[in-house]
Amino acid sequence: MKKFIALILALLMVLSLAGCAAGGKDADVFAKSEGTMTYAEYAAAPVDSQVTIEAFVQAKQSWWEDKATVYAMDKDGGYFLYDMACSEADYEKLTQGAKIKVTGYKGEWAGEVEIMDATFELMDGSYVAEAVDATAWLGTDELINHMNQFVAFKGMTIEPSTDADGNEAAFLYNWDGSGEDGNDLYFNASINGQTYNFCVESYLCDNTTDVYNAVEALNIGDTVDMEGFLYWYEGANPHVTSITVK
Amino acid sequence: MKKLKRCAALLLALLTLCLPLSGCHGSRGLDAFTVPEAFDETRDYEITFWAKNDTNKTQTAIYESAIASFESLYPNIHVTLRLYTDYGKIYNDVITNIATGTTPNVCITYPDHIATYMTGSNTVAPLDGLFADAQYGLGGSALRYDSPAYEEVVPQFLEECAIGGQHYAIPYMRSTEACYINKTYVEALGYELPDALTWDFIWEVSEAALAQDADGNYRVNGQKVLIPFIYKSTDNMMIQMLRQSGAGYSTDQGDILLFNDDTASLLTTIAQHAKTGAFSTFKISSYPANFLNAGQCIFAVDSTAGATWMGSGAPLLDISPDKLVQFETAVRPIPQFDPDNPQMISQGPSVCVFNKADPQEVLASWLFAQYLLTNDVQIAYAQTEGYVPVTLKAQQSDEYQDYLSRAGEDGSLHYAVKLQATQLLLDHVGDTFTTPVFNGSASLRDAAGQLIENVCKSVRRGQVVDDAYLDSLYRDVSSLYRLDQLSSGGTAAAGKADLGPLPFTAAALLAALGVTWVCIALYVVFTAVKKKSLLKKGNAH
Repeated sequence: MKKFIALILALLMVLSLAGCAAGGKDADVFAKSEGTMTYAEYAAAPVDSQVTIEAFVQAKQSWWEDKATVYAMDKDGGYFLYDMACSEADYEKLTQGAKIKVTGYKGEWAGEVEIMDATFELMDGSYVAEAVDATAWLGTDELINHMNQFVAFKGMTIEPSTDADGNEAAFLYNWDGSGEDGNDLYFNASINGQTYNFCVESYLCDNTTDVYNAVEALNIGDTVDMEGFLYWYEGANPHVTSITVK
Repeated sequence: MKKLKRCAALLLALLTLCLPLSGCHGSRGLDAFTVPEAFDETRDYEITFWAKNDTNKTQTAIYESAIASFESLYPNIHVTLRLYTDYGKIYNDVITNIATGTTPNVCITYPDHIATYMTGSNTVAPLDGLFADAQYGLGGSALRYDSPAYEEVVPQFLEECAIGGQHYAIPYMRSTEACYINKTYVEALGYELPDALTWDFIWEVSEAALAQDADGNYRVNGQKVLIPFIYKSTDNMMIQMLRQSGAGYSTDQGDILLFNDDTASLLTTIAQHAKTGAFSTFKISSYPANFLNAGQCIFAVDSTAGATWMGSGAPLLDISPDKLVQFETAVRPIPQFDPDNPQMISQGPSVCVFNKADPQEVLASWLFAQYLLTNDVQIAYAQTEGYVPVTLKAQQSDEYQDYLSRAGEDGSLHYAVKLQATQLLLDHVGDTFTTPVFNGSASLRDAAGQLIENVCKSVRRGQVVDDAYLDSLYRDVSSLYRLDQLSSGGTAAAGKADLGPLPFTAAALLAALGVTWVCIALYVVFTAVKKKSLLKKGNAH
């Protein structure tokens, strides 16, 4: 009996320690340092106000002349960090999951809410977000609440676009078919009778990436699952980062 | 003697090593281009053409069609098109490819950019010799297409392609800026739209438009969003305001005059209207056309080459149809300080030809570049937007005159706003200007716009724009664009800046080459003398 009780106590201790460790880790990694906004506070902040957030790099879009454009998230929401001051050496340190503290100004460009004129510092901690299924939010007011988040759209059907010659195509180079290999890809996909437009942003995923090549290989009528970042340009303009033909 | 042979062998080996190295160094500086006497049609040529389109599939199709037509005339010249939608990206790629000797053959560009390209030795082909060539020049006798004669290219547009008295480009298309106006809202606010806009009028109407009702809706549009005045290109805005007010920007020699009291005064005024929300910019808010078409902007200043995006009936739209608002669109020249003496920028793409080691390849490139001036290409491309053909031959053609006369007949090819924008430039060619071109002028242009962008952002963020702020802004912007590092009097237009003393390694290499040649010469002399003496000895025996 004593042995049994000792065993139970030992098991409980191990479990509680594991629980503490897990909870502690979560608490630590998502904890906001003093002076940092929660996502809710950031979302409520007016445009042009100074904001300070802590978030985790999810994807890097571009670097040019000491400016980086990055998608970041915390557990509550997404951030688009546009032209953030960043040396080339620091850009290499912005690996997926890396935690950063960002101070800049909240801006809104063509509907896209972003942090501009920002600086950042690297922090300890890492978090890579799972894609949130946003399929049901397409065409609803709920979608905008998830701007800049890593999201998934599932079971969608590729619909025709009209290419430069007036023919039907599964995708276009540039929004109107005026581009060529290497430019942004645009394609339509539908669900429940409604069609939506999607984009493979060539700075985020260039023509060497799997998603770029997969979209170039799409056929009208394909059923696909997609993941990407919920960018906004005069409406939802998801930047797709992976696509699977079912 | 064996020692001498070894020494000579060593020197030859050194020479063998050095010559290719010096050849590599020399590849960065091509020989000056001279026009070949005749075009060698027995050879094949691969020509690359880097072009810019306005994300417009019709423009892409015109480039492709032009290439196909040209190749049918010259089957031995193959043109590969590479498309860009951004002049800045072309500029960056060209700069990168100058370093590796892989520039395109023909490239759409701006003269400001060419001035930077020319910092490499003989990188860009001078075109005056080609212009004047009786066979292959403008209107040349050996051409297989109907090219314009020199005097048939609009002189002012051609002059814009001259740098340091030499032409390094041909104009391709020309545009200017226009103010696209929601006339319905202007009149709803109680104003009559004048034929010539002034800055005072624009500011006054824009401020008046900000009146809101109790629910926070703007009275003029009944919406929560309104930016009465949006400027697309703030560098153009500053450049034109300075020009109109007779203030300094730069000298022809490249002296920077931008950071002056007149600029400060303009920035102070702009800041006042940015603070109230009456004014914003493309970089801060987005495309003026989108706000205009959604009834959220009254004065949208953008290129005449953006006319197809402007107005309720615009053939190109970037907003969803449910956001589109119906209104009457008016097109006017940009606002002026002195409407009796209007001044506006001349802009639009030009075409340069890059120099290559093979003059025949350059000539083949020129033949294609010149083909872009033919009526078929000029008229077709000009019709895609509010562009104006750069040749009088095209402008005065029956086809183009018929096109102009049919404004408003339909909402696409003859879209009224587009044709009004085109006519605006045709009516004001004599009122257009360009800024001096020199190495650094592209940065100066960026700096001019950055001043406006920074001032607007600052006041929106609650900062005070006063003398101290402007002093600091001038220092920051000058430093950001390295304008403080440009030598006074300009790094010359022709890119002949003093590069300073040779690096030690280069000097050492050149010295080694010199020593090598001296040693070889000595060896040759020594051998000859010895041979002579042996011959003498032989003869003596």
